Amino acid sequence: MSPPKKKNWSWRSQAFRGLVYQVLAIALIGLLVWFLAHNTALNMKVRGIQSGFDFLTQQAGFDIGESLFDYDPTQAYWRAFMTGLFNTLRVALLGIVLITLLGTLLGVGRFSHNALVRGLCSAYVELFRNIPVLLQLLMWYLLLAEALPPMDVPWQLGPLLLSKNGLAWQAGIEAEALFTLSPEFLAVLLGLTLYTAAFVAEVVRAGIAAVPRGQAEAAAALGLSRGQSMRLVMLPQALRVIIPPLTNQYLNLTKNSSLAVAIGYPDVVSIANTAINQTGRAVECITIVMAIYLCTSLATSLTMNWYNARAAIKER
Amino acid sequence: MTAQTFQPIAARPAPVRSDGALAWIRANLFGDWKTSLATVLVGGLLLVYLPPLIQWALVKAVWLPQAEACRAAGAGACWGVVAEKYRFIIFGRYPFDEQWRPLVATALMVALLVASCIRAFWKPGLAVLWLVVLAAFFVLMYGHVMGLSKVETDRWGGLPLTILLASLSIALAFPLALVVALGRRSSLPAIRTVSTVYVELVRGVPLVSVLFMASFMFPLFMPQGVTIDVLVRVLAGITLFSAAYMAEVIRGGLQAIPKGQVEAAATLGLSYWQTQRLIVLPQALAMVVPGLMNNFIAIFKDTSLVTIVSLYELTGSLGLALNSDADWRPFKIEGYLFIALIYFVFCFSMSRYSRWVEKQVNKGAAR
Repeated sequence: MSPPKKKNWSWRSQAFRGLVYQVLAIALIGLLVWFLAHNTALNMKVRGIQSGFDFLTQQAGFDIGESLFDYDPTQAYWRAFMTGLFNTLRVALLGIVLITLLGTLLGVGRFSHNALVRGLCSAYVELFRNIPVLLQLLMWYLLLAEALPPMDVPWQLGPLLLSKNGLAWQAGIEAEALFTLSPEFLAVLLGLTLYTAAFVAEVVRAGIAAVPRGQAEAAAALGLSRGQSMRLVMLPQALRVIIPPLTNQYLNLTKNSSLAVAIGYPDVVSIANTAINQTGRAVECITIVMAIYLCTSLATSLTMNWYNARAAIKER
Repeated sequence: MTAQTFQPIAARPAPVRSDGALAWIRANLFGDWKTSLATVLVGGLLLVYLPPLIQWALVKAVWLPQAEACRAAGAGACWGVVAEKYRFIIFGRYPFDEQWRPLVATALMVALLVASCIRAFWKPGLAVLWLVVLAAFFVLMYGHVMGLSKVETDRWGGLPLTILLASLSIALAFPLALVVALGRRSSLPAIRTVSTVYVELVRGVPLVSVLFMASFMFPLFMPQGVTIDVLVRVLAGITLFSAAYMAEVIRGGLQAIPKGQVEAAATLGLSYWQTQRLIVLPQALAMVVPGLMNNFIAIFKDTSLVTIVSLYELTGSLGLALNSDADWRPFKIEGYLFIALIYFVFCFSMSRYSRWVEKQVNKGAAR
């Protein structure tokens, strides 16, 4: 006797229940979105808030402390946002390079034969990752503002001048500066780098610890020095474990650069904040900021995925 | 035949001691010339920079709340600023005469958090305890009943606010994260898509923008005439934000459960929810305890961001306490160090606790 034929669309079948759940979930979410959108539209009408992205072409009217390309207050809002975006990217890219270097050094340092180096590295990691990054940024900003010398008597190292005015590359005090990094920029970069490097150090340490011990022993048996063994044997293998969490740290650094708003560095969030206060278009400005960060995150992820695919073990 | 006299060979040198302080120093500080060089360099740097730091922080520091003494030439750190302002820093703008209320409320919350960490308390009754303590916290802070005067939420601040934001958003985000993590692994495509989009969207944007959204956009979302407190809005923002990160950690645990476990549960006739509740989640959650603790630490640190949207928790209340007072404003860095210490104590103990839990969980695997 053949088994009874399965009824696919009875009330008790799994497929049907699954369909019902999904339809219910979609309906609930749709309802919620409609409710929120409806309220928002109504509220905006009642309060007389204008909407739309047309303000982007209007004159911004506020000055931006530093920009990579020419910007002046008569230019449009979209130029202001672009300036902010480039300021964000500048901090993020430099920061990514610096945390990779510092984090790797600190992570490798925790495997040192020297107890002092080991101790210092772990003390650094514990100290810096257990204090909020915002607090660290505020502290560095204050320290730079207090500790740096006035503009007319800067600290000088070759063509580099460091003063309350920031870090400048110029031939002499009188000469025109080739480029200047503001104290706000230095504080954001310093704070983000020191904070995130502590996390990168942990990532690197975990990656090296994940390489089987036999690899280090085999390297020692071949007569490689500890430095060579780390550089040629351990780190290349650890890289495969390190890359995914390292990507997360890059993304964290990029996202945390938004905290620059707290110390007045004109990054994209800070520009959006000013734009909200001037135009009242909160929904549009926040949407722009979120879209920019989503794109940056996506771009970083894609780049790192490509690199990860290259670093992965090539199997048959 | 001549008699041979016994000639003992020279005695071997005693083996180098491999224990004790001297041997440890030899092995760990002066192993070979490279290690010795590093020791000399690092030790030299420490000898140059550490004594002035100690001089500044301890020896020459001013401990009494005297602004003139702090301004004297050659004075070190001015811890007097903490002695003078600690009540403002810790309790913010809460009415001065009523500050015993946030003190008791915070003590209750901390006791609850500590209790939640002790194994003997891991019973269903803990959830009831949470509700009771949270209710007590709100009654104490808000007042308006039992003869307590009413204190609006915009005057709450300092450490009580930090702890409230952190513990409530952890407690609220966890169930949401569980649902989203299960949703991302669901076999139903619509539910999987919704969960994935939520997690990826939230993880792609910074918390600051979510907080801006909470303070600027949430009021627009509400029907006419309904206003929600800024504290609730910010709490909702942090909860939605951290739930996405927690969900990813939990999903990591779910993925590590062998498929055989689910199949075995199906063979026993367990339903989907029974399988998740009795088989999958207990194993998955035990596996991701360290990751979850990292999340909790991150949330605790992230509460400092609410000062950007004008809620005066620990970081914000320090600014409030010192910015308005010209006598003490120059010693803000000491104030920062003080609250940095508070944050450090909380976060460091959480990370130590996480190590301990990890050891407990892995006891079975250790040989």
